[in-house]
Amino acid sequence: MYKPYKRPTGILVLGATSSIAMAFSRLLARPDTHFFLVARNPRKLNSVASDLLTRGAASVVVHAMDLDETPLHPAMLSEAAASLGNIDLALIAHGVLGIQEEAQAHYEAASAILTTNFLSPVSLVTWLANYFEGTRQGTLAVISSVAGDRGRKSNYLYGASKGGLNIFLNGVRNRIDRAGVQVLTIRPGFVATPMTAHLPQGPLFATPTAVAHGILRAMQTRRDIAYVPGFWAAIMFVIRAIPEAIFKNLDL
Amino acid sequence: MSASKLRQKKSAPAFESWGRYPRLPATLVPLYWMEEFPPADRPVASMLPVGMGRSYGDVCLLENGTLLHTTTLDRFIGFDPKTGLLRCEAGVTLAEILKFAVPLGWFLPVTPGTKFVTVGGAIANDIHGKNHHVAGTFGRHVPRFELVRSDGMRLECSPIQNSDWYAATIGGMGLTGLITWAEVQLRPIVSRKIVYHGTKFVGVDAFLELSQGAKNAEYSVAWIDCVAQGKNFARGIFMRGDHSPEPSILKPSRDPRLTLPVDLPSVLLNKYTVEAFNALYYRKQLGREKRALVDYEPFFYPLDSILHWNRLYGKDGLLQFQCVLPFEDGQQGILRILKAITSSGLASFLAVIKVFGDVPSPGMMSFPAPGITLALDFPVRRDVSFDLLERLAYITVEHHGKMYPAKDACMTALQFQSFYPQWREFAHYVDPAFSSSFWQRVSGVGAINLAAATSTAGLGNALV
Ligand SMILES: Cc1cc2nc3c(=O)[nH]c(=O)nc-3n(C[C@H](O)[C@H](O)[C@H](O)COP(=O)(O)OP(=O)(O)OC[C@H]3O[C@@H](n4cnc5c(N)ncnc54)[C@H](O)[C@@H]3O)c2cc1C
Repeated sequence: MYKPYKRPTGILVLGATSSIAMAFSRLLARPDTHFFLVARNPRKLNSVASDLLTRGAASVVVHAMDLDETPLHPAMLSEAAASLGNIDLALIAHGVLGIQEEAQAHYEAASAILTTNFLSPVSLVTWLANYFEGTRQGTLAVISSVAGDRGRKSNYLYGASKGGLNIFLNGVRNRIDRAGVQVLTIRPGFVATPMTAHLPQGPLFATPTAVAHGILRAMQTRRDIAYVPGFWAAIMFVIRAIPEAIFKNLDL
Repeated sequence: MSASKLRQKKSAPAFESWGRYPRLPATLVPLYWMEEFPPADRPVASMLPVGMGRSYGDVCLLENGTLLHTTTLDRFIGFDPKTGLLRCEAGVTLAEILKFAVPLGWFLPVTPGTKFVTVGGAIANDIHGKNHHVAGTFGRHVPRFELVRSDGMRLECSPIQNSDWYAATIGGMGLTGLITWAEVQLRPIVSRKIVYHGTKFVGVDAFLELSQGAKNAEYSVAWIDCVAQGKNFARGIFMRGDHSPEPSILKPSRDPRLTLPVDLPSVLLNKYTVEAFNALYYRKQLGREKRALVDYEPFFYPLDSILHWNRLYGKDGLLQFQCVLPFEDGQQGILRILKAITSSGLASFLAVIKVFGDVPSPGMMSFPAPGITLALDFPVRRDVSFDLLERLAYITVEHHGKMYPAKDACMTALQFQSFYPQWREFAHYVDPAFSSSFWQRVSGVGAINLAAATSTAGLGNALV
């Protein structure tokens, strides 16, 4: 169902201290915007909160928790809804890259990646989808990754967690789009953040600010899936098109 | 890509400053959170904070060291809209401050010729602007900051708290430790506009007279043509400006769109093209006097609308030179410098001359001092540029002036130590894990020679 874009004023950010989430939150900080920020580290949360308040946000509430603790999600989300009055936008931005070598050697390491990148968002989206379906409005934006489009030997646990998330979100969208809720899957390419600080940075790297602008545009145009920056749509189209028989022998 | 090429890429990449000379290998480590410095897990032997890299030579470079990239420390901490006091992390750029503050009716207390510098970089070089004669340096408007040493010691510094560290860090070239956050005292404005007044002049005398007459103007600076000879020698345009007192809409600026995507062949910038440019620039202003109401952006940042304009100089880069000569026969010194340039056959594209006032800098090592300051740039040409800069440094020594480390790639240890005799005291404040290629060049050698060279004349001889 089509609903025109309305600037969100009640904003829930999960993984609020991630570089992309910080850059994105800044773009929305106005005298009428209220934030509820969730992340693990209370000191970092406070830094982000004072940044948003200084930049003009009306109010910021912080909630420190480990989002891997899925049983705690419903209480935290109810608190967010109560604090914001109405959640217009929920951004799910937390995630880990993990260490592929460890994840392919030990199930525990693989499971940790899947918990943070897949199970935790599934738990959050389960609650939020019902919430938004009930209020018949809002945007549920989730940061996935281009890595979820195809498994590669260098990061397939990360890729699988994001790929699973993509399919899950497809289904949720299919269910609640008709309630007027936007379900936005964001697929960034390489972004210069602490997650990628150890990689040699090439021309494909985007800044968190550029990605944040891309997310905002995707919200304004009511997109379902957004590659950010946009050129990744073309790159991933090609990557997906390579037959598996050839792909399996490539060094990517 | 072949395996060997990949391996090559893995070795430390080379970094360059705005002048693009020199290029030195280093490891870049972005700092994301103030509390994560110093890193607990792996102590680093030799490091240096770097902001936007808008210094010209090697004050922001460290060969084979670790560059702590601070532009990711870009959060605001608090702002008092009644007093204009802003507290922010050190990697916030002046551009971000303007974007935030101008719509609220506040402006930077001091700004350099580009807004793409960080607060940390502005403190570490204790930068000056067109209002030095009334406002002094940037450091004067920084009432408080935090300095974190490599051993984990955190010092809150102000003129009364840890005042010795305060003085050493303002103008301390990033050597005393990492500045994590700072307070900047903004000044109020009611309009984006600047009331501009341009006057053509010929000769350094005429320039000084105009400066004298513009003492009450908040901003003043002059562009000087250092190519023209004969009756046009030392002609220029004296520019003064004040914030418009007429209230008007304070909308935020737009981000620059134009970027110079490639290196131009350096032959494009030669004596003849610069001569033509200067002649055009001089004629652009038709009458002797010009008054106008202009936006603050082109007034303060004429080149910022073209990102990466340094590529204009080709990939060899450019050398900057900025000196300040005390008033006493400083005028003679400026004339000697201009003549040295003409006789070298080189030409400076952007020559700027200004009078510094006597508002004292809070920094122990700050560059500005009362007198005439001249800033010049030259393309890097192995055969002539370095010779010319050596000559200019020599003239600076002879006229009891000093050169600006932020714009230097070639001063010798002996020259530096004569310009900044307080460097020995300053050296006590240098963090043992911090260094820069500049510091290695100017502090490592020459101490014994300096002791021997008792007079400036002696120094001069030692230099030639
Ligand atoms: C077009 C142009 C015009 C200019 N005009 C002027 C002018 O009018 N007046 C003037 O004074 N200068 C001028 N400059 C020079 C410029 O203002 C200074 O070099 C400034 O310090 C650059 O800031 P940065 O953030 O790029 O710092 P960098 O160049 O990256 O670093 C400068 C110094 O600051 C230190 N530093 C950076 N961050 C920190 C930190 N967090 N803690 C401790 N130390 C730190 C570095 O170690 C280094 O020593 C100009 C430069 C350009 C390119």
